[in-house]
Amino acid sequence: MLTGPQREGSGDVRPGGDEVGTAGPHVPGEAGIWVFVLGDMAVFALFFVVFAVERAAAPEVFAQSSAALDGGRGLVNTLLLLTSSLLVARAGSAIRAAPGDPSTRSRAAALLVGGAACGTAFALHKIPEYWAKVESGIGVNTNEFYTLYFLYTGIHLVHVLIGLAVLTVLWRAARRAVARPNERRLFESGATYWHMVDVLWVVLFPLLYLLG
Amino acid sequence: MRHVLIRSDTVVWVLLVGLTLLVWTEPLLTLEAVPAAASATFLVLMAAVKVRLIGLHFMELRTAPLALRGLFEAWLVVVAVVLTSILWFL
Repeated sequence: MLTGPQREGSGDVRPGGDEVGTAGPHVPGEAGIWVFVLGDMAVFALFFVVFAVERAAAPEVFAQSSAALDGGRGLVNTLLLLTSSLLVARAGSAIRAAPGDPSTRSRAAALLVGGAACGTAFALHKIPEYWAKVESGIGVNTNEFYTLYFLYTGIHLVHVLIGLAVLTVLWRAARRAVARPNERRLFESGATYWHMVDVLWVVLFPLLYLLG
Repeated sequence: MRHVLIRSDTVVWVLLVGLTLLVWTEPLLTLEAVPAAASATFLVLMAAVKVRLIGLHFMELRTAPLALRGLFEAWLVVVAVVLTSILWFL
């Protein structure tokens, strides 16, 4: 039985309602995670603007260097992160819908493994991409484009690695037989961070690889 | 038991992948006749649509307090407008 108005969007159907018994606007996860996420997004917004300004100052250098990036790898990486976000979102939905059901919990754990696997593939995929550049003598000081390319994708990669640790925490929580009291908050907070990592790449990818 | 919670996330993913592949294969982007700033603006807009899909659906901002959703949407608008402005005017 639903205790409140049906929500759209994530299609969050919760038989019996949530712990507080209220329906209505809900902050996904701890408020603190959103302070961090919005702050991080603001920093990356500055990164994006700096990139655009530098590009305007040296369009040929940027076009040439961007064309030399492996767009296919960038595309694969985008698809990997989008898929990992889907799997993490579905893990969260499953855990919320039936936190007490063992088969749901193990399904959520499996979905988190899938999401982390995609994230790991993303990170590993960086190695040949960076190596190809380094091997051909291109580094962080080669030109302004490459400085920003290595800096931004490097910082983003650190975010991905942190995200993998976060997903591991969520996976361990899902594997517990009994849900801990703040489990829902934990899942939503962790998922929010992971989706932010996806959002940042969704902007970085066209800027670096496709703008030319 | 409705499986809406599975279906709508997957639909969002299909849209995200579709937009990604569309931009990747979009032949207009390579046409000489299309001004570079126009195709760049198209890229920025497509990225903005994708970010919004992730924020509203995966990050569940559709059911979040308006203030929080507003901050996210404001970030998106500012980034899209500033980037587009730079692409056209700098």
